[in-house]
Amino acid sequence: MEAVFDNVDAYLKAFGYTLALFLVSGVLSMVLGTFLVALRVGPIAVLRWAGATYVTLVRNTPLVIVFAFFSFAAPTLGIRFTWLDVHIDDYDFTALFGAAVASLTLYTSSFVCEALRAGVNAVPLGQAEAARAIGLPFSGVMSQVVLPQALRASLPPLASVQIALIKNTSVAAVFGVAEATAQMRGFTNDFSSQRLGIFVAFAIGYIVIVEVVSLLSASLERRWRAAT
Amino acid sequence: MRFIRAKAVVAGLGLALSMAACGDAGDDDDGGSDVEVKENAADEFDDGTRMKELAEAGKVTVGVKYDQPGLGFKGATDDIPSGFDVEVAKLLVADLGIDPEDTSAVTYQETISDNREPFLQQGKVDLVLASYSITDDRRKVVGQTGPYFLTGQQLLVPADSDVESIADLAGQEVCSVTGSTSIDRINEQGAKGVGFDSYSECVQKVLDGTVPAMSTDGSILAGYAAQNEGQLKVVGEEFSEERIGVGYSLDHPEMCEWINDVLEESFEDGSWADAFEKTLGPSGIETPDPPELDACPAA
Amino acid sequence: MRTSVLFDAPGPRTVRRHRLYSLVALVALLGVLAFVVKRFYDAGQFEGDKWEVFVTPDYVRVILVDGLLNTLKMAAVAIVGATVLGAALGVAKLSDHAVVRWPAWLVVEFFRAVPVLLLMVFTWYFIGINRDGGSFWAVVIALTLYNGSVLAEVLRAGVNAVPKGQGEAAYAIGMRKAQVMNIVLLPQAVKIMLPAIISQCIVALKDTALGQYVVAPGLTRIYKEIYLEFNNRVPTMIVIASLYIIVNLLLTALATWAQKRFVGEKKPLEVSLVGNLEGGRNA
Repeated sequence: MEAVFDNVDAYLKAFGYTLALFLVSGVLSMVLGTFLVALRVGPIAVLRWAGATYVTLVRNTPLVIVFAFFSFAAPTLGIRFTWLDVHIDDYDFTALFGAAVASLTLYTSSFVCEALRAGVNAVPLGQAEAARAIGLPFSGVMSQVVLPQALRASLPPLASVQIALIKNTSVAAVFGVAEATAQMRGFTNDFSSQRLGIFVAFAIGYIVIVEVVSLLSASLERRWRAAT
Repeated sequence: MRFIRAKAVVAGLGLALSMAACGDAGDDDDGGSDVEVKENAADEFDDGTRMKELAEAGKVTVGVKYDQPGLGFKGATDDIPSGFDVEVAKLLVADLGIDPEDTSAVTYQETISDNREPFLQQGKVDLVLASYSITDDRRKVVGQTGPYFLTGQQLLVPADSDVESIADLAGQEVCSVTGSTSIDRINEQGAKGVGFDSYSECVQKVLDGTVPAMSTDGSILAGYAAQNEGQLKVVGEEFSEERIGVGYSLDHPEMCEWINDVLEESFEDGSWADAFEKTLGPSGIETPDPPELDACPAA
Repeated sequence: MRTSVLFDAPGPRTVRRHRLYSLVALVALLGVLAFVVKRFYDAGQFEGDKWEVFVTPDYVRVILVDGLLNTLKMAAVAIVGATVLGAALGVAKLSDHAVVRWPAWLVVEFFRAVPVLLLMVFTWYFIGINRDGGSFWAVVIALTLYNGSVLAEVLRAGVNAVPKGQGEAAYAIGMRKAQVMNIVLLPQAVKIMLPAIISQCIVALKDTALGQYVVAPGLTRIYKEIYLEFNNRVPTMIVIASLYIIVNLLLTALATWAQKRFVGEKKPLEVSLVGNLEGGRNA
């Protein structure tokens, strides 16, 4: 573990990338997931079908392959993310980061969609009926009445999805992002005699992030329940 | 010399599989179809040495790479891997009296950068020949001897790139393998190392323009430049010196002398040069003079 | 058209408008699809020699036997192990004794919070490494630990989902704690849990793909070997992904069937992944 204490800057910076991946993909996956769920429960059959196909395909594909798609197949389609070139402090957010965010977002959004859909189904029928009765169109029913309540109902599964995302950021290690798992492999290569300590140090880092997020979601859940 | 060796000859891969087992080895001039397997190898080693145990058991496990064309590479349907590392491994295996083409006797275990030391320490492999750079830190935990090959880190860039050296890439992203020493070197030189799972993925990233260059040992880059002629080129002075050696377990220090003897022998009788020409020659690397071997640590 | 509570049954004008939307959406989707196919075609990804390997008997055998079979084996062994581990940890978490409950809680929380990839590399060094097929076992052990911890939570939630009256009634007729659990609660919980266990199989199966980074056998391994040899990354990706999707769809169908057969039309059990507080308490 000495190796980690001696290079605590590198350790923290690596977890900085992990957090950045999590936050950016987390927000984007919520947005895309909400859009997908609107497609899936909406009145247009073609879009329902398209949404369902998308979710089925992505959900059943291993994340590694989704990553591989954005890293190696997408450039053929002209999707390169080379427009992304942001530098904050000594963090670099470039094409490789963009590809990682895209992979994580697309993958996670299919799970977000399913979590929300379960939530939509859990909203009492009377709510939607009442919303229609006062003349709201589909978009109004969804955005004013159903989705806010669905969000509340689907908070526990959504939290699980986002926690899974934290752990899934580790796959970006082998697609060019210098996040925690990549840094860990660098450490174990340079300090081969201290492997166990290095592992424990990085495992703790992940556990801290995961526990913080799950505590946040738990307290949110409690507050929202009180509000109902 | 502790023993008399039959002439070892290295030849084309195609013929390799037709080679019969240990029985008919020892024919000095059979046209050179394979690495010559030594007869009665077990008798040549002193009692109690690891070499004797291996020779008597007739089984040995060698750690090699599976994903580096020219050095250690195994296709999906290949029985045994091919490449320069593997050819040198075969010389060592044959010296134990074991047929290097017999997969029931020799296991070519895949090792990657992360697991070479643990594999040696735990006795899962007997030898490692996997583009294994000799470093002081590694010598703390495992035995390393050689080198049997010298190389250095260079750059692979698109054919139309203006980049001439690593200095031109200061602050830019340069691709290599996650967790490797190459990444550390890139960072030391002022560029930003980004890591992928294997070199072939970096090649792809250079080709599609996501990163301006990739960097690792020149011998590896040359292979990719040859594969993508007209699209990629190798540039720059070597900005590191990698001494590729053989790894063994510190539990068996006697192996060092033996490995050095076999390597020295192969330098002298030309089997080392043959192996080089056959595996790395096609990618346009000239066969160099054999490197100077390190002395073994006093037992 | 299926009517939904979310929107009114469309009138003639809306039907016309929806037809227009459908048409526009369809054209847009087909446009995207055509674009993707054309780009891949232009890049030579659909040329015969890039696909030939997938109809070559030797390679088909490698893909199915060395690839798919190994992947399925890893997933199957892991899920059996995870079920056993999950049962043990789940029952321990339900224990009345804090000495048993707390360690079980700690183990479950730890293995659910650490990325499976990290866990795999971890076990690969320290547990599975000095046997033959070390990386195979590294994958299996990592997946067993992770999925076992998730299933422990599923079991706990499943037992809690059994109507309270059942346990109370069992106590009332004089059953002991172990009897209540074994004879009354668990048999009902297992039925409720079955679909969740099967969806966990899908998770385990997908995670075997991470084995690539500890040089484990399986589909992603074959994927790498083939594209390195034939330089046909995109076609190989499509083939391997399809195999995963097909197997997972079969498993999903199985889960749906099990849900209908054993649970009825009730909602499937939902369990939050970490920091479980109220998860799975289905009303």
